Amino acid sequence: MLEIAIKGSKKYWLWIGFLLLVIGVGAIVYIDQFMNGLMITGMSRDVSWGFYIANFTFLVGVAAGGVMVVIPYYLHDYEKFHRITILGEFLAVASLIMCVLFIVVDLGQPTRVLNVLLYPSPKSMLFYDMNVLSGYLLLNIVIGWKILEAERNQVEPPWWTKPLIYLSIPFAIGIHTVTAYLYCGLPGRGYWLTAILAPRFLASAFAAGPAFLIILCYIIKKFTKFDPGWEAMQTLSKIVCYAIIANLFFFLCEVFVVFYSGIPSHIAHLKYLLFGYHGYSALVPWMWTGLIMMFIGAILLVIPKLRNNYTLLPFACILIFIGAWIDKGLGMISGGFVPSPLHHVTEYAPTGKEIMITLAVYGVGFLTLTILYKLATTVKEEVRG
Amino acid sequence: MMEKSRRSFLKVAGIAAIGLGASPALNFAASDSHGLAALKGKKEEALKAHRWGMAINTGEISPEINTQIIEACHSAHNIPDFNHEPDEEKYPDTRPVNHKQEIKWIWEEKYNYAFPDKEDEFLAEKFHHLPFLVTCNHCKNAPCVQACPTQATFKRKDGIVIMDYHRCIGCRFCMAACPYGSRSFNFRDPRPFIAETDSAFPTRSKGVVEKCNLCAERLAKGEAPHCVEASEGTIIFGDLEDPDSDIRILLRENFAIRRNEALGTEPSVYYIV
Repeated sequence: MLEIAIKGSKKYWLWIGFLLLVIGVGAIVYIDQFMNGLMITGMSRDVSWGFYIANFTFLVGVAAGGVMVVIPYYLHDYEKFHRITILGEFLAVASLIMCVLFIVVDLGQPTRVLNVLLYPSPKSMLFYDMNVLSGYLLLNIVIGWKILEAERNQVEPPWWTKPLIYLSIPFAIGIHTVTAYLYCGLPGRGYWLTAILAPRFLASAFAAGPAFLIILCYIIKKFTKFDPGWEAMQTLSKIVCYAIIANLFFFLCEVFVVFYSGIPSHIAHLKYLLFGYHGYSALVPWMWTGLIMMFIGAILLVIPKLRNNYTLLPFACILIFIGAWIDKGLGMISGGFVPSPLHHVTEYAPTGKEIMITLAVYGVGFLTLTILYKLATTVKEEVRG
Repeated sequence: MMEKSRRSFLKVAGIAAIGLGASPALNFAASDSHGLAALKGKKEEALKAHRWGMAINTGEISPEINTQIIEACHSAHNIPDFNHEPDEEKYPDTRPVNHKQEIKWIWEEKYNYAFPDKEDEFLAEKFHHLPFLVTCNHCKNAPCVQACPTQATFKRKDGIVIMDYHRCIGCRFCMAACPYGSRSFNFRDPRPFIAETDSAFPTRSKGVVEKCNLCAERLAKGEAPHCVEASEGTIIFGDLEDPDSDIRILLRENFAIRRNEALGTEPSVYYIV
């Protein structure tokens, strides 16, 4: 089936070439990081996680979001999702590959990564995260591939894909829950120390993942002969709508608890993010931009007339996707570290090199996504023709 | 299994090193002045405890003593000083440093940073200016030990939270977990910034986390930690589980606080105020 990926138009190859260039540049910068250490990043003693872990966290959400097409189709026999289910699964694969890469580029000693398996530590949440992430990745590769293959050969998929699909549902919830547990179980970090963190992560995941899927549907429709179906996209947009509203609601709950209870170690972080703290306010414009984007996105989607507008929908989705990225990517990680447990304020901004490595990881993700989607759309075109 | 054999090897290697190290007479002379003889095991000369702890007498300690302590600890443990100019010949083209990426095991903080949970508008005047020494608290319930995905950070039977620098993958989960900011990450190779390498203690490589080890290497030789030794009697250390130990007697008779006790981590470093 892979042979499909090497037959493409000029545009296809231009896109692949562009991605390879981005990956190549980032790879060269990564060699610098590998040789000289994480000193090339903007991270510090006080802000010991940065852009890599932030993007990792966000992409775990995008991966988990794929389950929002799997559940309706496989658990509720929602036929309209028949054509896009594979897109959700392959989006999860590409996102998870990026997640794994982000973890690896964030390690100080990447060559020792297998120590996590060599010395399994059941008390460490990172141990579970590694397990659920690799499990969910494997499940989606096998399921997606087998179902697409069956569709190509016009036969029923093997019987054992069904239990795997059912298994992938708790795994999807699991990857984002455990990723939230990485943060919310740490006693000294007031911003993360909240039981709403995992639900909030899931809500923003179920908004960002399907929102991106809708954007991808538009792209697929433009560049291939495959039509994901307007009705499926409309259903997806409803999912995005309620998920983003839930996300904003959870955030409001957090804001209420923090400010009404008035506990200083919890207030400090939200103050830093929303209004600035002791004169430091690098993230304030970002946070408000993110919140406003999510809010406008939610309004555009909750009003049926606007939601069903074919030209407007992708913009609403872009607003929500970027808003969620700012909220979870930029704010969530930096916000947890500023101020430090000693209440020192050390601000963080990624360096150019850090951004180039990040872009390369995204490049690998988009390359994977492009190839997998090319397979999926071509097979579906073949079958219909 | 592998882990055990590795650590027992380290133990044996440590004992072997004692034979080659400073003469025992010298050790005894040094330790007797701190009343350490009672802490020694019967057969070995190593200092033993069920849970090591320290008490810092904040009323008596001074900025000069603090400087002495920090210097003693940092030079003995080969901690890089980012203000040190690297040797051009040995380390050509060393890139400029980012001071936010510094390494420290023990350092001074003002009251409101050492005890942000005990903020008080009307705090006694003298506390505003007192420099408090902060370091790893060797918590009884250490969040860093729990967080470490490879057990590179682990808790010894004597309560010391210690690291295996060769197992650490540099994920920095322990740094996020530590509520006391006690951990440092080697964002770069530290060696160009070590003025004089002490061959008795290993240097670290880039990409691993490090922190205070309560001078486990000295305890094994029957010596008190560097900070205690350089403290001119203002830091007392001993077995917190032994009701008759110096530190327990001190804690019985004086009011002492610990850093952010509300978190339930049970720090083993006390501040007598």
